[in-house]
Amino acid sequence: MQTALFIEQLLNGLQLGVMLFLMAAGLTLIFGVMGLINLAHGSLYMVGAFACAAVAAATGSFWLGLAASLAAAAAAGAIVEILVIRRLYERDHLDQVLATFALILIFSEGTRWIFGSFPLYLDIPPLLQGSVPLPGGSRYQLYRLAIIGVGVAVAVGLYFLIARTRLGMRIRAGESDREMIGALGVDIRTLYTVVFALGAALAGLAGALVGALQSVQVGMGEPVLILAFVVIVIGGIGSIKGALVGAVIVGVVDTMGRFLLPQLFTLVMPASQATTVGAALASMLIYIVMAVILAVRPQGLFAVQR
Amino acid sequence: MKLSRETTINIVLALLLLALPLVAMQIGKPFYVTLATRMAILGLAAVGLNIALGLGGLVSFGHAAFFGVGGYVAGIMATHAFNATPLAAFPFAIPGTNQMLVIWAVAIVVGGLLALAIGAISLRTSGVYFIMITLAFAQMTYYFAISWPAYGGEDGLSIYVRNAFPGVNTAVPLNYFLICYAVLLAALLVFALARNSRFGAALQAARQNDVRVASVGIRPFRVRLAAFVISGMITALAGALFADLNRFVSPSMLSWHMSGEFIVLIILGGVGRLFGPVAGAMLFVMFEYILGGLTERWQLFLGLALLGVVLFARGGLIGLIAGKARHG
Repeated sequence: MQTALFIEQLLNGLQLGVMLFLMAAGLTLIFGVMGLINLAHGSLYMVGAFACAAVAAATGSFWLGLAASLAAAAAAGAIVEILVIRRLYERDHLDQVLATFALILIFSEGTRWIFGSFPLYLDIPPLLQGSVPLPGGSRYQLYRLAIIGVGVAVAVGLYFLIARTRLGMRIRAGESDREMIGALGVDIRTLYTVVFALGAALAGLAGALVGALQSVQVGMGEPVLILAFVVIVIGGIGSIKGALVGAVIVGVVDTMGRFLLPQLFTLVMPASQATTVGAALASMLIYIVMAVILAVRPQGLFAVQR
Repeated sequence: MKLSRETTINIVLALLLLALPLVAMQIGKPFYVTLATRMAILGLAAVGLNIALGLGGLVSFGHAAFFGVGGYVAGIMATHAFNATPLAAFPFAIPGTNQMLVIWAVAIVVGGLLALAIGAISLRTSGVYFIMITLAFAQMTYYFAISWPAYGGEDGLSIYVRNAFPGVNTAVPLNYFLICYAVLLAALLVFALARNSRFGAALQAARQNDVRVASVGIRPFRVRLAAFVISGMITALAGALFADLNRFVSPSMLSWHMSGEFIVLIILGGVGRLFGPVAGAMLFVMFEYILGGLTERWQLFLGLALLGVVLFARGGLIGLIAGKARHG
C-alpha cells in the first residue's frame, strides 16, 4: 500500500513539474530572447483556462476548448506585446515589473468583469476519464498521466523547434546577439511578437489542462507564476533545459515534501504536532531548496553564458 | 534662505498630511483620520523600501515579508498579553506585552534579522534574479503563515485592544494618527541622514557602478546588505503600526500584492526622492478610496493608471512637479 501511495505521489509531483515546465519555458524563453521579466505570465495562464472552460461549456467539447485556449492565450499575448510589452524592452527591470504588475490588475479585474466572481468548472474529456492500474495494486488517474505526456511532447517539440527550424535558429541568434540579427535583416519586432505569443500559448495550454483538475478562477495564475519563478531561478534564467530540470525538481520536491515530511516528523514527536510542523515545513521546502542551490550556484544550475 | 522646489513640495506634503485629519475632525468626518493614518503607515513602509530600491537600486519584490512579520510581532505579543500566557516558556519565561514601544523594538529586530537572512542569500545575485528571489522568499513566509495554525493560520489574528503608548490614549484615532505621523517623520529623517552620509554615497555609487566602488576599496555587498537590513527594519515597524491600526493581522499582509503595492507607491511618488513614498501613499490611498467608492472595478483603473505612469510619466508625482532629480 505504502509503495503504491509513494508512486502515486511521485507521479503527482511529476505532473506538477510538467505544468510548471509549460509555464517556465515561456518565461525563460521571453527572458532569454527579449531580456524581459513578465509578471503577467500567470494572467495568460488564466486566460487559457477561462477560454477553455467557456468554449467547452458552449460547445460541449473539451478539445475545442483546448484549441480555443491556445488561440486565446496566443492572441492575448500578441496583443499585449504589441500594445505594451514592446515599449519595455529598452527599460530597466523595475519598469518591466511595474508595467506587467499593472497588466495583472487589468487582466484579473477584466476577467472578473466578463465572467463574474464565481469559479467556472471544466470536466475531464470522456476519452481521458478513468484510471490505469499502478504496480502495488492502486490506480492512477488517466488524465494526469496524459498531462505528463503532453508535457514531455512539448519539451521534445520545443527542442526540435529551437534546434532544428529556421524560427528556432533566429530565436537562438536573438538570445546571443540582438543587434546583430537585426542588422542581418531579420524582422526583429515580428520575431519578438512570435516568441511572446509562443510563450503565452504554452501558458494558456497549462491553464487549460489544469482547469479540468481544479476550479477555473481569477487569481489562479499567481501561485503558479511564483512557482515558475522558483523553477527558472533554480534552472538558470534563459535556459530551457534548466526550466525542465528545475520544474521536475520543484514539482517532485513540493509534492513529496507535503507527503513525506509529516510522516517523517511522527518519528520524533506526537502525531498531531508532527502534522502541523511537517505541513508548515513542507510549504517552505522548495524555497529552502532554492536557497541552497543559489548558495552553491548563484546563477542557477544551467546558467546561460553571456 | 531660498528653498529648492523639491524642499518646498516636501514641506507642503508634510503639512497636507498633518492637516487632513485635523480638518476631518473639524468638519465631523472622523473616517478620514483613519485614511490619513493609512497614508502615513503605507508611506512609512515605502520609505523603508525606498532605501533599498531608491538609493541602492535593489528592486525588492518581497518587502511584504518584513511588513507582515512586523504585523505578526504586534499581533502575537498583544495576544499573549491579552490572554496572559507567556510568549515562550523556555529557556526563561517571556511574557507578551501591549506596550507599543516594546513591540516596535521587537518588530524592528525581527524584521532586521529576517532581512539579514534574505538579503545575505539574494544579494549574491542581481537584476531579475534578485527580483524573483526576494519574491520567492516573501511567498515562503506567506505560505508559512497560512500553514502554521498556532496564530490563526489563514484566518489571521485579531488584536482586541489597540496596544498602549505611554501617556497617550491610543484608542482615539487622532492620537494614533499623530503617533504614526511622528514615526513617519523620524523615518524620513533616517532616510535623509542615510542618503547624505558616507554610507549613502557608497550605496548610491554602488547602484551606478559597483566595479568602481569595489576598486576604491568598498565592498558593495556589505553596503547593500546593510541598506537592505535597515530597509527591512523600517518596513517591519510600519507593519506593526498597520496591525495596530486595523487591530488585525492576516497572511494578506505578507502577500505579493502588498510587495507590489509598495513598489507602486514609490513609483507614483518618485524613486529615490525623500518624500516620494509619502506622495505616492497619499495619492494611492486617495485613489483607492475615491475610485473604490465609484466602482467595484477600481483595480482595473488602477492598473491602467499605473501602466500610463510607467510608460509615459517616469519620475512620478514629485518628478512631475519638481522637475528632474539633480542626481540620477
